[in-house]
Amino acid sequence: MTGTPVTTLTYRDALNAALREEMRRDDGVFLMGEEVGVYQGAYKVSRGLLDEFGPMRVVDTPITELGFAGVGVGAAMAGLRPVIEFMTWNFALLAIDQLVNSAAKMRYMSAGQIGVPAVFRGPGGAALQLAAQHSQAFESYYAHIPGLKVVMPATPADAKGLLKSAIRDDDPVVFIEGEMLYNLKGEVPDGEHLVPLGRADVKRAGTDVTIVCHSKTVAVALKAAEQLAGEGVSAEVLDLRTIRPLDSAALLGSVGRTHRCVVAEEGWSFAGVGAQVVDVIQREAFDQLDAPVLRVTGADVPMPYNKHLEKAAKVDAAKIVDAVGRVLYR
Amino acid sequence: MATQVVMEALSPTMEEGRLVEWKKQEGETVAVGDVLAEVETDKAVMELVARVGGVLLRQTVAAGQTVPVSSPVALIGQPGETVPAAAGNGAGAGAGAAAKGAQQASQKPAPPAPPPSAAPAPAPPASGRIKASPLARKIAQEQGLDLRAVQGSGPEGRIVLRDLETAHPARPAAAAPAPATARAPAPLRPVPPAPIPAPAPGEPFADVPLSQMRKSIARRLVQSIGPVPTFYLTTEVDMERVWEAREAMLAAASEVKVSFNDIIIKAVATALRQHPACNAWWQEDRIRYWSEVHIGMAVAIEDGLITPVIRHADRKTLREIGAEARDLAAKARDRRLTAEEYTGATFSISNLGMLDIDEFTAVINPPEAGILAVGRIASRPAEHGGAVALRRRMRLTMSCDHRVIDGATGARFLQTLKGMLENPLAMVW
Repeated sequence: MTGTPVTTLTYRDALNAALREEMRRDDGVFLMGEEVGVYQGAYKVSRGLLDEFGPMRVVDTPITELGFAGVGVGAAMAGLRPVIEFMTWNFALLAIDQLVNSAAKMRYMSAGQIGVPAVFRGPGGAALQLAAQHSQAFESYYAHIPGLKVVMPATPADAKGLLKSAIRDDDPVVFIEGEMLYNLKGEVPDGEHLVPLGRADVKRAGTDVTIVCHSKTVAVALKAAEQLAGEGVSAEVLDLRTIRPLDSAALLGSVGRTHRCVVAEEGWSFAGVGAQVVDVIQREAFDQLDAPVLRVTGADVPMPYNKHLEKAAKVDAAKIVDAVGRVLYR
Repeated sequence: MATQVVMEALSPTMEEGRLVEWKKQEGETVAVGDVLAEVETDKAVMELVARVGGVLLRQTVAAGQTVPVSSPVALIGQPGETVPAAAGNGAGAGAGAAAKGAQQASQKPAPPAPPPSAAPAPAPPASGRIKASPLARKIAQEQGLDLRAVQGSGPEGRIVLRDLETAHPARPAAAAPAPATARAPAPLRPVPPAPIPAPAPGEPFADVPLSQMRKSIARRLVQSIGPVPTFYLTTEVDMERVWEAREAMLAAASEVKVSFNDIIIKAVATALRQHPACNAWWQEDRIRYWSEVHIGMAVAIEDGLITPVIRHADRKTLREIGAEARDLAAKARDRRLTAEEYTGATFSISNLGMLDIDEFTAVINPPEAGILAVGRIASRPAEHGGAVALRRRMRLTMSCDHRVIDGATGARFLQTLKGMLENPLAMVW
């Protein structure tokens, strides 16, 4: 990024900048969802957009996830580029039929004639004490579906660059933000900053073990890596950034250097994103492995409301450090 | 029920042994007392004999590997007996092995056949399969390492990459020189002196890991004498012909005065070329045999001494050596030597002849393995042409680091050196 002017922004404002720049660039881009206009977004991602672009392009909807997701799919089929905001992905369960059965299938079922260039975005995963129904990581649900792309930025710069790329993508993109990340600050390149979809990123280089992670877990993994460095272990932190399509080349490259791997994710273990990552590694990098790949995931329970139980159920740096110790046979 | 053959303590101080060569192959019938293998101990090559009769079901240690005393090296059982490892492993292992013995005996044991782990567990593991990470297997295959001889440090003895770093390649040497030829089981014999290997391309030296014997010698001698276990060899040289040669050289050219010391440097360097075993450094876990000869030359200075180095002394003419020696000595007295000029010697010479010393012992400059103390040239009665005559004689005493140079090794070098000085033409021959 040498020479590129950067501004320190929060993750929230980086998303706002991406929306604003893309809406200025392309009249077909519009934002729709609950409280995105007058209230400027439940998490203030759409601050100032109604003022700048007016109610035709920043559309407040009733509390009808299935309905406005369907309107978004239809608008995309008709040639617009809708950005559909879900207040959280927990509520988007009501709209999953539109994503799975309409958005993901349309290009295939129209023999390539009709695409759905829509972005469905909102926060996913757990925040603090929002209890079982509001603390869920659903990326593996959407990543399961051929026809959907699943993108999960972990930093402000990636949030901006990936959202801009998602809006320009000609196929439906499930864009899952981190509820706990909105206040995260970081340097963001000004102006035209595009992060390609499907490309993982080494957030910290290392030689002894690869920690694969995405979204909120990236910060946790970086903390673990810092702690491990103090113990003489050089951990590489690989941020997937895009869950689907999965950047297999980056995974294999990193594991080819470190020969040991821990996959961390916020969601549940069973059929989780990490299961797919492990599949790629064991299949394509079998001869590179010096130890079985281990996973660190959320506990296999509905998220407890109790503060201490919630903490115990979540992935933290200590759990990652412990798993790294095991793959290093320490 | 198969019986395990273990590495026996074949000398009182033996802690580990290197399996030099298998004398019985998998599938061969063995009787009690048959020689199974030759083992290099810290003292000599010894025979490992069968304590039970039967069929050698499996060699669990490959030739060339070193294992601790009491580690399993083989299994002996009944003909047709199934080795636990055989399950599901196809040809070459298990029940079929004995039947195919004759055919197998002519082959080297196939590396992929997974025998019981070499981990010093008292009994072979139930599955018999070697536990190794995929990476360790790949690297072992690339480097020709035999996983059977590697001790795994991972969970349940799994062999992982770091375990290979301490393992040695499965001796290609075993296939290379002598031992391959069929030979009647020889009685005990001393380890033949290992030939000094050629340096790797671009390297001026070759490092040789310490053999069991060399380790044992080093350990014991250091206990006895001190950090550098030194011994001394003295010989007396007839210097008449060197004297004549020097006179002739002085007469021929007056601009450089060739000294006796120059001639001795040249002779030592040339003799070292023929005795690389004395042109070496002790490096704690290995001996570094130099293929270049750099002679350190002790020079007395005001309040001490320093040893400037004449590099490649074996390849320089006497005139070059003479000029360089005088230049270095002058710089030494003026304390103008650079570090480059007084480090890196592969062997040193100390000469007190000009101070009328008949003979003395010099102290080795580690890591060098030898230093030659040169006494004065004195007229002494000596045998010459069948009669006693006064001859110009000079005594040389070599201090040897016994960890590197053994008595006979140093003596042979001195013999060559003496021959060169008594017949100076040998230096240029």
